Amino acid sequence: MQSLPVLAPPRRFGQTSRRDAWWVQPAITFLILGSFVGYATWAAFQDAHYTYGPYLSPFYSPELWGSSPHAWFGAKPGWIPGWLPFSPALLILPFPGLFRFTCYYYRGAYYKGFWADPPSCAVGEPRKSYWGERRFPLILQNVHRYFLYFALLFLLILASDVWKALWFTDAAGARHFGIGVGTLVLAANTVLLSGYTFGCHSLRHLVGGRIDQVSKHPVQHACYRTCSKFNRGHMRWAWASLFMVAFADLYVRMCSMGVWTDWRIL
Amino acid sequence: MSAPETRTAPAPTAGGGMAAVEAGARAAAKSDRATSSAAKTATFRVWRGDAAGGGLVDFTLQVSDGMVVLDAIHQIQAEQANDLAVRWNCKAGKCGSCSAEINGMPRLMCMTRLGELDLSQPVTVEPMRAFPRIRDLVTDVSWNFAAKKSLKPFKPRAPDAPDGTWRMDQRDVDRVQEFRKCIECFLCQDVCHVLRDHHKHDEFVGPRLLVQAAMLEMHPLDTEDRVDDLRRAHGIGYCNITKCCTKVCPEGITITDNAIIPLKERVVDRHFDPLAKLVQLVRGRKR
Repeated sequence: MQSLPVLAPPRRFGQTSRRDAWWVQPAITFLILGSFVGYATWAAFQDAHYTYGPYLSPFYSPELWGSSPHAWFGAKPGWIPGWLPFSPALLILPFPGLFRFTCYYYRGAYYKGFWADPPSCAVGEPRKSYWGERRFPLILQNVHRYFLYFALLFLLILASDVWKALWFTDAAGARHFGIGVGTLVLAANTVLLSGYTFGCHSLRHLVGGRIDQVSKHPVQHACYRTCSKFNRGHMRWAWASLFMVAFADLYVRMCSMGVWTDWRIL
Repeated sequence: MSAPETRTAPAPTAGGGMAAVEAGARAAAKSDRATSSAAKTATFRVWRGDAAGGGLVDFTLQVSDGMVVLDAIHQIQAEQANDLAVRWNCKAGKCGSCSAEINGMPRLMCMTRLGELDLSQPVTVEPMRAFPRIRDLVTDVSWNFAAKKSLKPFKPRAPDAPDGTWRMDQRDVDRVQEFRKCIECFLCQDVCHVLRDHHKHDEFVGPRLLVQAAMLEMHPLDTEDRVDDLRRAHGIGYCNITKCCTKVCPEGITITDNAIIPLKERVVDRHFDPLAKLVQLVRGRKR
């Protein structure tokens, strides 16, 4: 490509002619994402108060090994070294975590909020060098679709958790159908996570975006259009589902600790 | 940067005799419009200079409702600075000529109403930063046209009909039609920090040309393969999805979500996804 003659020198960090409060959006991103990562990490290491009755915190689902009745394969296996910090969440949380970390929307948001690359549109940057996503480590963002596969699997598991949250055990040990506030919280979490996942750019590409002549593939075309509808609100789904998954964990935790009461609706 | 120089428009001279009477009658006849377009004073801080350097100069003038920034620049040109250089053409947001940075954000001057701006402070009007300055608000955007030549051109499949024409389903062209709205104002190139701040013009073609590449690559008749070029020659990996290009596009093209990310996904298919690569080998590359 043709080189350019002299250009205006890059602006200093934060230098801009913008008049609006350009720093508000990256600051909010920093605060919310930072708080979420902090809370999720703390909650994952607790290994306690992650179930209440039929409810299982989404941070701990699926519980592969653990001490609750929700565990798929029973208690912590002996082959896991004792010196390693263990919690059911630590085994599974990296997958949805990395799905969000490599998400196209979040990438743009946290590059601004955490790395100031750029701090905001048309605002000077702190660094002169720039690699983008062409080199290690950010070239690894290209594996996003593999975390998508796990996220789709987790949606099925979370849906089954909602189903289980409809069945309450009474004092005599009998199971009864019911709906508690916790059931609604877990259901809302699954709906919001589904909306976020179905709008994923990688999913949109895989189900039909890669095809140039969609008219020859009506099923893929329908899937592509559906994904596109979710994709248009991807940012809103991303934030709403982030709040909800943290709140769902908090709700189960508070109920388990006896701080909040889970009201039965049915 | 030094303090802006200040210039003020001469005060309107009081008309005498019949001229004043006629002016008064016209004003009375248009009283409704006159009420809604009451003149007020605004200051425009305009960058003046050339490739060697320059600075901001303040111009104070009377403005009225309904004016756009380009009107104000023309008024400055007519009344205070006849040598002020500005590129413009259609004044309707369709030619993409009057791109500039208004209060720090890349915008078309002809589509930025003064009513949207806070006129209690000076309105800053600067040339685009991602391209070399020629004079005042005019920049040299020829790099974009040179870089465009690096894209492989449209290569249609064999005609569908004996008369040498093709048949396309509307569903197949829906997606690429959005990209044809581009007016080549290059605001997206200007706001892209890869070009603007890091000056990667030799390695990255920028959002405008990625939109062009998407238009060609997703075209139902096209048979050319641009995926390897997108990764290497066109540097799509430099894009870190800030979505600033989408934010400034005057045509509302969803550049990042509908053009760049789908192209990134095609690069992933080819270079970073062994499963997709296997599928491609079995099925053939172009669909």
